[in-house]
Amino acid sequence: MSEPLIHARGLTKTYGDFVAVDGIDFDVAKGESFGFLGPNGAGKSTTMRIIGATSVRTSGTLTIMGKDPEVNGPQIRAHLGVVPQQDNLDVELTVSENIYIYGRYFGLSSSFIKEKIPELLEFAQLEEKKDTKVQTLSGGMKRRLTIARSLVSEPDILMLDEPTTGLDPQARHILWDRLFRLKEKGVTLLITTHYMDEAEQLCDRLIVMDRGKIMAENSPAQLIKDYSTREVLEVRFGSEKNHEMVDVLRPLAERIEVLPDRILLYAEDGESLLEEIAAKGIHPNTSLVRRSSLEDVFLRLTGRTLVE
Amino acid sequence: MSNLIRKVSPYGTFHVAEARIRNMAKWTWVILFAAVVNPTLYLVSIGIGVGSLIDANNGVDGVSYLTFLAPALLASAAIQGSSDEVIFPTMAGFKWERTFFGMRSTPISARQISFGIFVAAMFRTVISVVIYWIVLYLFGALESDTAWLAMPAALFAGAAMAAVMLALAAKIESEDFFFMLVGRFVMIPMFLFSGTFYPLSQMPVFLQFVGWISPLWHATEIGRYLTYDYPLSGLQLLTHMGVLTVMIVVGLFFSVRFFAARLEK
Repeated sequence: MSEPLIHARGLTKTYGDFVAVDGIDFDVAKGESFGFLGPNGAGKSTTMRIIGATSVRTSGTLTIMGKDPEVNGPQIRAHLGVVPQQDNLDVELTVSENIYIYGRYFGLSSSFIKEKIPELLEFAQLEEKKDTKVQTLSGGMKRRLTIARSLVSEPDILMLDEPTTGLDPQARHILWDRLFRLKEKGVTLLITTHYMDEAEQLCDRLIVMDRGKIMAENSPAQLIKDYSTREVLEVRFGSEKNHEMVDVLRPLAERIEVLPDRILLYAEDGESLLEEIAAKGIHPNTSLVRRSSLEDVFLRLTGRTLVE
Repeated sequence: MSNLIRKVSPYGTFHVAEARIRNMAKWTWVILFAAVVNPTLYLVSIGIGVGSLIDANNGVDGVSYLTFLAPALLASAAIQGSSDEVIFPTMAGFKWERTFFGMRSTPISARQISFGIFVAAMFRTVISVVIYWIVLYLFGALESDTAWLAMPAALFAGAAMAAVMLALAAKIESEDFFFMLVGRFVMIPMFLFSGTFYPLSQMPVFLQFVGWISPLWHATEIGRYLTYDYPLSGLQLLTHMGVLTVMIVVGLFFSVRFFAARLEK
């Protein structure tokens, strides 16, 4: 087996007494799309910064393309494209200028960057905005520009920290489509997200993180298979009655989770479970049958929901 | 197995400076306008207004008041310009727009970012100082053959102030506190108590210390020495240059450290 592109063992980062990343192990292969799923504060962004060679780990080993980021930071960063959680574009400059200066930071020649700009503008669907100051762009446009900018150096690894947080659904789908294209081209993607749908859409493999630790690691489909049932029946009885119903419902389902506003019943076949419940004379105010998602995996692993 | 095959540009400082200068280019006319109007206002009001009174009493140091004032105004403009060009971009880079964090995710280092800001600030300061000098010349404030030497003296002060401000702007995270500190307790007192408008020796000794720690006073002394027969011993000259050099070196040294620390967060 070839050596992984990113190799981490016992990776740890502490800030004083606070352990942000708690001894995690993972490997990322070339061309893989690898996700970090977890709620805010799980340690995803810290892990990304350590991989991005901008934050120094407290302990553990880490190699990126065979080198230690602590020793070879600038050389490693020369191979990375980074899309941070918060855009940090130069808002006084135009769209094209932002790509240009970013390319210069990589030591790329003016002529190379100038040839590259039209291609990146097309990728980001910002051709018409090329001479517009970044200040006036929408959130989605800024996000796409940040991604386009990170591609100017043709990175081997593209790191995206919460790429679609704060975007409307349409802007998210455009972005996902762009990321798919990169994946098809063989770019290794590292993505952190607290959106399960994003993780399901984009990641070949992911680790579920909580409080600095890895709770599980696998492909999205396998995680769902391992930690949840095929379907979920969501029922609501009103906030007063939900708790009363738990004991009645528990024997009927494989597993049950009680959320503040609803009860989740895990089963292979949600519809027949609902019929079974109705046959016992139990009639929830509303009911919904859906496929299990990573949200359910997370709930199972941590007892908490992802977006709180 | 992929290898790290890419070279890292050794010119990161200049790439950062280039980005800053592109930013400044958006304000070309504002920068040029300020560079012309500021000296004109000072020269008309103080240089000519106050100057006519003083010159009626035989001037200062045996030269006209304008000649006396010119090196100080020039150095003061250099300090103001270079400070602005490090303070605002540093605040923006760390806090308002976070552009430094973007630079940091490329092969650029913390040292290159801080030096790049400094270099760009000095680029702008050179332009401002040259324009200011031309205006002074047109007002007849510069008579001697060595009058052009007031420019390097002023730039020396600008560099010293920029280096110190760069470190402070990176260290002090609250902009309100920073501007209160710098605006009220640094810039204005320095301008008024650095022997700008009258020889520092006119002040009581307990106020002269402001001048001693002020880059403006040191640069003004050097400037006066270089532009007219201002009496300054070799040791004094070296001391003035030494203080400014120390400010540059210490300022840049701490800038690199503070930039690195803050970018790590």
